[in-house]
Amino acid sequence: MSDVISLTDIRRVFTMGDQQFEALKGVSYNVAAGEFVAIMGASGSGKSTCMNILGCLDRPTSGQYLLDGLDVGTMGPNQLADIRNKKLGFVFQGFNLLARTPAVENVELPLVYAGIHAKERRHKALMAMEQVGLSGKEKNHSSQLSGGQQQRVAIARALVNNPAVILADEPTGNLDSATSEEIMSLFMALNKQGITIIMVTHEHDVAAYAGRQITFKDGKIILDSKNGLTV
Amino acid sequence: MDFLQTLKIALRALRTNKMRSFLTMLGIIIGIAAVIAMMAVGSGASYVISQQIASIGSNIILVIPGSTTSGGLRTGSGGAQTLTSDDVKAIMNECPSVGLAAGTVRTSGQVVYGNLNWSTVIMGGTPELFEIREWPVTAGRNITQQDVDSAVKVCLLGQTVADNLFGSADPVGNIVRIKKIPFTVIGVLERKGQSPQGTDQDDTLFVPLRTAQRNLSRSHHTNNVGAVIVKAKSEELLGKAEEEINSLLNQRHRITGGKEPDFSTRNLSEILAVAEKSAKAMSLLLGAVASISLIVGGIGIMNIMLVSVTERTREIGIRMAIGAKKNDILMQFMTEAVLLTMLGGLIGIALGTGGATIVSSLLGWPTMISIQSISIAFVFSAAVGIFFGFYPARKAAGLNPIDALRYE
Repeated sequence: MSDVISLTDIRRVFTMGDQQFEALKGVSYNVAAGEFVAIMGASGSGKSTCMNILGCLDRPTSGQYLLDGLDVGTMGPNQLADIRNKKLGFVFQGFNLLARTPAVENVELPLVYAGIHAKERRHKALMAMEQVGLSGKEKNHSSQLSGGQQQRVAIARALVNNPAVILADEPTGNLDSATSEEIMSLFMALNKQGITIIMVTHEHDVAAYAGRQITFKDGKIILDSKNGLTV
Repeated sequence: MDFLQTLKIALRALRTNKMRSFLTMLGIIIGIAAVIAMMAVGSGASYVISQQIASIGSNIILVIPGSTTSGGLRTGSGGAQTLTSDDVKAIMNECPSVGLAAGTVRTSGQVVYGNLNWSTVIMGGTPELFEIREWPVTAGRNITQQDVDSAVKVCLLGQTVADNLFGSADPVGNIVRIKKIPFTVIGVLERKGQSPQGTDQDDTLFVPLRTAQRNLSRSHHTNNVGAVIVKAKSEELLGKAEEEINSLLNQRHRITGGKEPDFSTRNLSEILAVAEKSAKAMSLLLGAVASISLIVGGIGIMNIMLVSVTERTREIGIRMAIGAKKNDILMQFMTEAVLLTMLGGLIGIALGTGGATIVSSLLGWPTMISIQSISIAFVFSAAVGIFFGFYPARKAAGLNPIDALRYE
């Protein structure tokens, strides 16, 4: 299988005044298409920084990042916006839906920035909502949806542009355990359809849903295990 | 991202905070309304002045006799009786820049009809006078050259005189007595309104020049005229005509060397043009004062847009994370600001137009609203939106998506 993500010796240094802090100290790993990866680690371990770089929201200080074969590290802000729009789907801990906006329009949002016209937009958005089991809730505003439903809307929004990877940042962090299970089974189902998922979490039972776990500590990978076996 | 979508997002954002949007708009509404109303009052004033210029007739030069000294007392301008009907003929025939010239005499007296009487200005004139002053009759006929030559006792009434002596009855064909002499009314003149000095031009009665010279003038020199009204051939020739008249009359009256001329010329249009200019300057000044309130309104827009950007930091972060470019965010907030000011502008135009109408009906001030001032106001309101919306929009577009997403 081809690699969707390839990180080679990624470093990220933050400078605050005359203080320097190295959040990532040379991280390398590949993710193949169709994998379901959980990134774990305590806070301050560098997993969030790594996630921001994977999400093209931040750029590494050094090292190479290939996303779907494209060298993302050399791109300007507008190109990165395009990459985020077309290659990535985001799912956040706090759902991050637009308030006072119907669910279906939230799902449509990436397509709006992709310049797709209204009719096709609505069609694709409705398909994505069906995929996450939210048919019939199209007109509901986020305040009229439960936490689980809101996260489903967010997943539909991440799916709608057929991204290469879905990046989920603590997707169950704001949900009770029953709803968490629901969302994780949805992720499993989507992964079975061949969608690549990378998920940040600090909960072991949530990470256990993924086929592969990468554990960060102090800006480095200390464990990379697939199906219980260290890679 | 297409414009329609941007507009939709902006409209939704404005609808979400209806009260705030309205209050923000209020600054622009008041500013634009003030500009429109002030411009309307100003251009109304200059319109009235230009109407008055037109009521005198265009390209007019007035020739009046100079002062005279009798028994050590000097009379004022026009006191001397130095201009004659022959001077008028000479001006007409010998000055190439002069189109028309008309001699007039002016006196006042009591006019009697039946048991009604009215004191008014009595002018002796020739047919040219009415042509120069662009003053037609509404009923009956005008004074003809024949009336003048034969000194017929006929008269034309100004509207005010006709109203006071005849009410709604038709005066034509009736006999009125002027200084006890019977005159037949041959016509009534069109209403002319106030002169630039504020006197009622319609409170005048006209008789043929020679009739006035022979029967009504106090002077014994029956060929004298009180003043000559001259119309130059064109506006450009006004100055030249004035020079020609001066040199002709100097020659005819044998005024040489240091001798003071016994007549003077006045260019009426010039005086009024100055008045019109000052009225225009006044209206510009009023507009400038009003536009200060527009700037204040613009600052209000900027303030609220900055608040809005801060409030919606998270939304901006979400939009950026899923693919909005800096430009998309910039356009979104600019559209919102411009939409605010343009809506405010439209309401302001309606309010200003209404306000001007109320002012003109309550205070009796003349107001005029031009398409020009409306379009200027509209473009100006959009410009205020662009100018004051740019800084907040740029601030929004410059946000770092990671920080924006984490913003609480």
